[in-house]
Amino acid sequence: MKRYSAFAIAKEALNNHQGWKRAWAKAQPKRKYDVIVVGAGGHGLATAYYLGKNFGIRNVAILEKGWLGGGNTGRNTTIIRSNYLQDPSAAIYEKARSLYETMSQDLNYNVMFSPRGVMMLAQTEHEVRGYKRTAAANAFQGVETEFIGPARVKELCPIMNIEGPRYPVLGALWQPRGGTARHDAVAWGYARACSAMGMDIIQKCEVTGVRSEGGRVVGVDTTKGAIDCDKLAMVVAGHCSHLAEMAGFRLPVESVALQALVSEPIKPCMDVVVMANTVHGYMSQSDKGEMVIGGGTDAFNNYTQRGSFHHIEETVRALVETFPMISRLKMLRQWGGIVDVTGDRSPILSKTPIEGIFVNCGWGTGGFKAIPGSGWGMAELIAKGHSPLTDEFGLNRFTEGRFIDESVAAGVAH
Amino acid sequence: MLILTCPYCGVTGEETEFAAGGEAHLKRFGPGSSDAEFESYLFARKNEKGVTFERWRHANGCGKWFHAARCTVTLEVFGTYKAQVTEPPKEILAAIRKRRPGWEPAA
Repeated sequence: MKRYSAFAIAKEALNNHQGWKRAWAKAQPKRKYDVIVVGAGGHGLATAYYLGKNFGIRNVAILEKGWLGGGNTGRNTTIIRSNYLQDPSAAIYEKARSLYETMSQDLNYNVMFSPRGVMMLAQTEHEVRGYKRTAAANAFQGVETEFIGPARVKELCPIMNIEGPRYPVLGALWQPRGGTARHDAVAWGYARACSAMGMDIIQKCEVTGVRSEGGRVVGVDTTKGAIDCDKLAMVVAGHCSHLAEMAGFRLPVESVALQALVSEPIKPCMDVVVMANTVHGYMSQSDKGEMVIGGGTDAFNNYTQRGSFHHIEETVRALVETFPMISRLKMLRQWGGIVDVTGDRSPILSKTPIEGIFVNCGWGTGGFKAIPGSGWGMAELIAKGHSPLTDEFGLNRFTEGRFIDESVAAGVAH
Repeated sequence: MLILTCPYCGVTGEETEFAAGGEAHLKRFGPGSSDAEFESYLFARKNEKGVTFERWRHANGCGKWFHAARCTVTLEVFGTYKAQVTEPPKEILAAIRKRRPGWEPAA
């Protein structure tokens, strides 16, 4: 792997930039791997990366039916935060957020992590109480957040209308080291590092079957032939039920479309991330100047990567009330991703009924922020059989009624 | 946008007139059942990629619960039928097979 640096740019400039190599190698599947990771999105690539980096397991293939980072990794609104209520959630999301802080250096790839601060608006009395409770919980968990009043909200984000009348801003939960990162770069950076460790990233390779013998996984069938493995990690978000069905078990997950949209680029007007859960909308400004807007999910299961139009209307209607200056803004693009939602709105990082198969899914509407922590914990789970980060997120919690209930704290917007 | 027809009042409306109610024809398990059965009833879902059967309520209309057969990939609605059944009626299955030759309901 050629190291990226200011020196390398200067050196290449003398050579008309002819010497840059592909960031990751094209690969054809081998006969057998120690671990196969299905899904080359952020979570799958991070899982592979930490398998190699933390545990020295490098005979790994990452299979992707489409293109690298082309699913939810490339479709989210890039928000990173860790202000969750429950201890297991705060632990894994804060691990992820802290890894984002040094990711560009660790991967030698600029992921443009921008800890610009995230505020979650409290627009009803219930939210005020809820967020004060979360701020108190975060203080015990070692997550830096505070509850701020409306005057401070206005100071941090002057373009906001805090008076209402319909959605007055009564305060906010403020996480100063939350922010955004370049979502594609996260996938690309991990892919480059995985490839440098000798792992095979195989794109346009769809898994069509999962083979097991005597309750133990032995391999997968793919559009590029059969591949054997000792362990299999399913990290495919919205399609996890589909893949689990091939392996012969069912997951407590439902897939729905979540939408986002982005405006024409305008001059810098907002240097924080604002989330308004009551009105199902959240917004930040990208480095290009576009306002990046996320909304609510469809109420019914679907795999369309499109989403219902009326949700855009609801989101934009509420945001225009909160940010009057965006009322004349033209929207450039709208898209959807298929998110995998669990009953308690917490993810599943778990062993499965088939020995050797591990599943990482259920991140629902908020997976991007968790990528490094999820990969870190998942790699440990695969290598050692358990991980302090993932132990609480097992499938058995649904049998035991031991939920990690984030649906009240973060059921709508991530 | 989904267009559904309520089998009770006959009104055809957009999805904003209805409320989605999740997977249909779940077999209920209660006291006396095993942990696995109860968990499966409460949480495990088919989450099908393709033809699915689900519950809807005509929330901004007559208020009745009913069933719909729908494709989760194309959003095509094959038909709607009344709630007082434990499995999809023959004519709904026929309507699906007409549009999806070779389709068989999942176990």
